[in-house]
Amino acid sequence: MLRVGDAASAPPFPEAAKDSLANAQMRRNVRHATDVIRTKRATVVGEMPDWQQLREAARQIKAHVLRHLDAYLEDFERNCTNAGGTVHWARDADEANAIVTRIVQQYGGTEIIKVKTMTSDETRLNVALEQAGIVPYETDLADLIIQLGRDRPSHIVVPALHKNRHEIRQLFMEQMGISELGEEPAELANAARAFLREKFLHVPIGFSGANFLIAETGGVCVVESEGNGRMCLTLPKVLITLAGIEKVIPRLTDLEVFLQLLPRSATGERMNPYNSVWTGVTHRDGPQEFHVILLDNGRTEVLKDVEARSTLACIRCGACLNQCPVYRQTGGHAYGSIYSGPIGAILTPQLQGLQHSASLPYASSLCGACYEVCPVKINIPEILIHLRRRIVEDGQAPLAERLAMKGAALAFSGETPFTLAQATGRVMQRPFKSGELLRNLPGLLAGWTATRDLPAMPAESFRQWWSRR
Amino acid sequence: MSDARTEILERIRGAVGTPGGHKQDGHATIERVYRQESQLTRVELVELFASRIVHYDGSVRRCHAAELPDTIAQTLAARGKTRLYVPSDIDRSWLPPSIDFAADEHPSTSELDRSEGVITGCTVAIALTGTIVLTHGKGEGRRALTLVPDYHLSIVFADQIVETVPEGIRRVAARSPALITTISGPSATADIEMTRIKGVHGPRVLDVVIVAS
Repeated sequence: MLRVGDAASAPPFPEAAKDSLANAQMRRNVRHATDVIRTKRATVVGEMPDWQQLREAARQIKAHVLRHLDAYLEDFERNCTNAGGTVHWARDADEANAIVTRIVQQYGGTEIIKVKTMTSDETRLNVALEQAGIVPYETDLADLIIQLGRDRPSHIVVPALHKNRHEIRQLFMEQMGISELGEEPAELANAARAFLREKFLHVPIGFSGANFLIAETGGVCVVESEGNGRMCLTLPKVLITLAGIEKVIPRLTDLEVFLQLLPRSATGERMNPYNSVWTGVTHRDGPQEFHVILLDNGRTEVLKDVEARSTLACIRCGACLNQCPVYRQTGGHAYGSIYSGPIGAILTPQLQGLQHSASLPYASSLCGACYEVCPVKINIPEILIHLRRRIVEDGQAPLAERLAMKGAALAFSGETPFTLAQATGRVMQRPFKSGELLRNLPGLLAGWTATRDLPAMPAESFRQWWSRR
Repeated sequence: MSDARTEILERIRGAVGTPGGHKQDGHATIERVYRQESQLTRVELVELFASRIVHYDGSVRRCHAAELPDTIAQTLAARGKTRLYVPSDIDRSWLPPSIDFAADEHPSTSELDRSEGVITGCTVAIALTGTIVLTHGKGEGRRALTLVPDYHLSIVFADQIVETVPEGIRRVAARSPALITTISGPSATADIEMTRIKGVHGPRVLDVVIVAS
């Protein structure tokens, strides 16, 4: 089954956003964290005189890859296999989860240590593993916070951004069985280090996503900060990697573009502490068994739509989330998907299907801030509008909206219908008129008057006034 | 039913059609007008690299080649280290006789975990980002060696320092390495309130000795 986290059963954005907007603590946490990242990003992007040239090169590389995706995937498969890796293909989430489960069982594993990967959240791998009696340990600090709290990620890069130090301290004390713990971030990180150290040294199967698959060499690149990634990629006997098919890049030297754009955009660092590249299996260094699963799960559907295809260029930096005035108010949970913010608003509906996430392309004011910061120049506002059009054409728009649009088209079709509509409006508005403003309009129009001032229609139109003179 | 591989590749071909031209030609026409070369002098490069390492909480000492063993001894003394692991093929002339060095004969991960630290060389260093790049060849050790111990002393020769990421990646790619690890400061996280915390799972302390060419 094709699956993007819980997106298929998530409530519509406006409904979920109401809960988020009522959570003042979460909104403060999101505001604080996104402010910090935005400031850091602006500083380190500002010191790059060739930032726009890098963005353009990245855009071109990604567009080029998508045009030749089949050939680059075949190159990757051949080169990875020659280097001792085993390449699997998965059409959808269930198929990917089944492959991972089978590999773990094949090696007699009962536990795995995981590097942060959005793709496994997309397939809900942890649920599938637990059902098979396999315990997955998330080792990224934020993912550990999410896992221990049975919570949902609210940001692509910093999934626990909605939690503050007090909440994390409470969670660690309860879940790790610690009686004394301060709330300084350094103490909390130390508690996580101690908790995970034993797992790193003893769990024999590691699991990761991939930031980049290198077609020319068959290598895989993982970008990280804490060193938990290096632990999972290096110490286990077996390594399993799950990667979306769009992650492939042509050459090792193409990393020179992405390794400049990604850290500055994601965490506001000139470079993140660690990047790892490995190629198949290396004698006497790291896992001696390596499996990589190439996942479709709706990506080829995105590829079909020429106007929205560039969605697949996303390198998951999260800059568009931090910049988005809507995300900064609602946080990530309101998007009902592990992919939140502007990129989530275009990616989730395309992967999961427009019928499941029809409200997401409307979760934007189209201000364009996301496009401006996107390191691979995805024109998110244009794709949002394109998806809105598709939703309307598919008949997914609500009945009331479709009727209203038909009515408006009729009203604007000529002078007589327009004058008639104005006259009708002046009569119909009477019960809602309060001074110069309209209040508490019914039905679809309530959404406007609930939060905004709507001036009442004047007793006389300009045209009436003009003809009277 | 066809297998997943065939089906996915067919879906891709159905979606993008037959692209005109060969992919190598398309790749060659990608506009790369970003900075690819440095205008800095050797002295400026070393200066920039040192300042970036310090910015990311690493510490830096500088010396001439002849002073390297003494400088390593001083660095380790300041950290209170007496016994470190080194890659078995490290250049022994770097090392001070006063300190006990154990060659990496594949100790267990637990032994590495209990060790005081490790000394290695590197392949290239990138000044602009304060990055040390390992390709795990001679003198750099296998990956676990610079990961599990809590302390890493990295030896960087001035002629290994480049300014930009493209220069660094190209030097690395020229060796066609199977493994690459880039290190920019000690391990860190900003997962709690976006506060940068130094030292999570990788070495919590990174010292760098820059050796003049």
